[in-house]
Amino acid sequence: MSALQTGSTTAADGTPPDLARRFDDTIARDQRIEPRDWMPEGYRRTLIRQVAQHAHSEIIGMQPEGEWITRAPSLRRKAILFAKVQDEAGHGLYLYSAAETLGADRADLTERLIEGRQKYSSIFNYPTVSFADVGVIGWFVDGAAICNQVPLCRSSYGPYARAMVRICKEESFHQRQGYELLMTMMRGTDAQREMVQDAVNRWWWPSLMMFGPPDDSSPNSAQSMAWKIKRHSNDELRRRFVDMTVPQAEKLGVTLPDPELRWNEELGRHDFGTPDWDELMRVIKGDGPCNAERIERRRTAHEEGAWVREAAAAHAAKQADRKKNGAVA
Amino acid sequence: MSDDHVYLSLAEGHEDGDARWAFGTGFEDPLYGVSTAVPEDVDPADLAACCLALGDDALVTAQRLAEWTTRAPELEEEVALANIGLDLLGQARLLYARCGQVDGTGRGEDAYAYFRDADDFRSVRLAELPNGDFAFSMARLLVLSAWRLAHFERLAASRDPVLAAVAAKGVKELTYHRQYAAEWVVRLGDGTAESHRRMQAGLDRVMPYVGELFAAYDAAEAVLAVLRQVGEAATLSLPAVPEAAAGSGREGEHTEHLAVLLADLQSVARAHPEATW
Repeated sequence: MSALQTGSTTAADGTPPDLARRFDDTIARDQRIEPRDWMPEGYRRTLIRQVAQHAHSEIIGMQPEGEWITRAPSLRRKAILFAKVQDEAGHGLYLYSAAETLGADRADLTERLIEGRQKYSSIFNYPTVSFADVGVIGWFVDGAAICNQVPLCRSSYGPYARAMVRICKEESFHQRQGYELLMTMMRGTDAQREMVQDAVNRWWWPSLMMFGPPDDSSPNSAQSMAWKIKRHSNDELRRRFVDMTVPQAEKLGVTLPDPELRWNEELGRHDFGTPDWDELMRVIKGDGPCNAERIERRRTAHEEGAWVREAAAAHAAKQADRKKNGAVA
Repeated sequence: MSDDHVYLSLAEGHEDGDARWAFGTGFEDPLYGVSTAVPEDVDPADLAACCLALGDDALVTAQRLAEWTTRAPELEEEVALANIGLDLLGQARLLYARCGQVDGTGRGEDAYAYFRDADDFRSVRLAELPNGDFAFSMARLLVLSAWRLAHFERLAASRDPVLAAVAAKGVKELTYHRQYAAEWVVRLGDGTAESHRRMQAGLDRVMPYVGELFAAYDAAEAVLAVLRQVGEAATLSLPAVPEAAAGSGREGEHTEHLAVLLADLQSVARAHPEATW
């Protein structure tokens, strides 16, 4: 317990050297830091930021696809999509819980999200304009999430790493479901094939941006890599995603919208064009096509639900009182 | 764990060797080994009508629950409401499939959901009313699930083996739905002054539509007993159940809300009638 208290007081100069050494050793031996272990304040803050952003992304990420649950064109697709969006709510819950093991508070993190003080993945600020988008989001966005997140199953922070194992398995399931929808649509009518290609054209570049800015302008990466919170660089993960996706696109029969995309025999990987980093910065700063609407939906749900949460708290307090009074009597 | 290859590493530590199914394995098929032949003493037209009405109630209710997605008061409720919606969607699919087997048309589930108009739907009007606030939604869910549970308990002994199997599976699901709704009605009724006011208003709005349920299957005693018990714990007063108003969803007479709900539900399917999904 004293270790936890030391860790939560920022006094870096007052840190007993043996605690700091034990932390460094744990990281060096690739073992896990657990909630009650001492950890540097910077490590705690960085993790809370990362885990909270990840949780926010799951929750905001329910919206673009959630729009299509009521309109899904078959009952089977409706059930698949409904369950997927539900999984995202579940992922958000695990991740907020992981953040709470670091001393964060879910209500406070939610406030930060709806006040725009904490970010979420930029990809969810793009609109979903046809049902093909549901498939392409599964294929690209869940695929990119898998590339980003599988290495996090080895994150140095135990609760985050364990949450990621489960989340990755579900994301993998979602990705296959998305790809299977696209395969079915490609075997359908010309209009369906056009919908798929159009969705691919719109989602390809934003998906590449999901890996973050290029390594030479990613401010937080080096320290996170040293702490083993993050295991691979943004550019490395982006290349991995492209190499995985190109053969899948060929099999599907769609064209990825990048004239510079080609196999590089010498390097044994694909060359590809440069995403529009100015666009990424605009979307991150709040100027994407749907930023305002995404936050507004979350804010409205939170505010309109306040009386329900207050009632649940009031009822629980009354029940506790009755139990206490009953026990006395 | 190796992360050299993202997909291979997902399969590690998975003894059954099929990581694709991650947390989705082990589902029971409620119709496994059940004969689909209609028993001689069952009237196929009655059976089809029963499956259609119960399928329509489930689909319309699931659709309203889906509308709560991203709008629920708390993340736990997002998960729970989706669970209930998915259960009902699953019930609707099985019931439509049975209907198509016995009504002589050979239609599949999607034909019932996507290619009928509002006046062909046999769902009760209570299911189609807009969601309103969380209190109204919980009052409605309590009534619908208490009635449906009572009905399914009876249907689990149906002479039709398929309907009996669907009902037996549904009983477990509906027991949870009723419990979930009852807990919220109690929390809101016995919460704050505002939640009490809203919960009473929600219950008052639901009651005029309750009689329609009893016309199809008279579970008045069971449902009212649940409402009395929950209402007492929730400190709510229970309005009288009025005589069923003129018009009934079971006869295809709906409020204006069903057509709007269906326009949304059917929009993509009808825009691409030749498509496969």
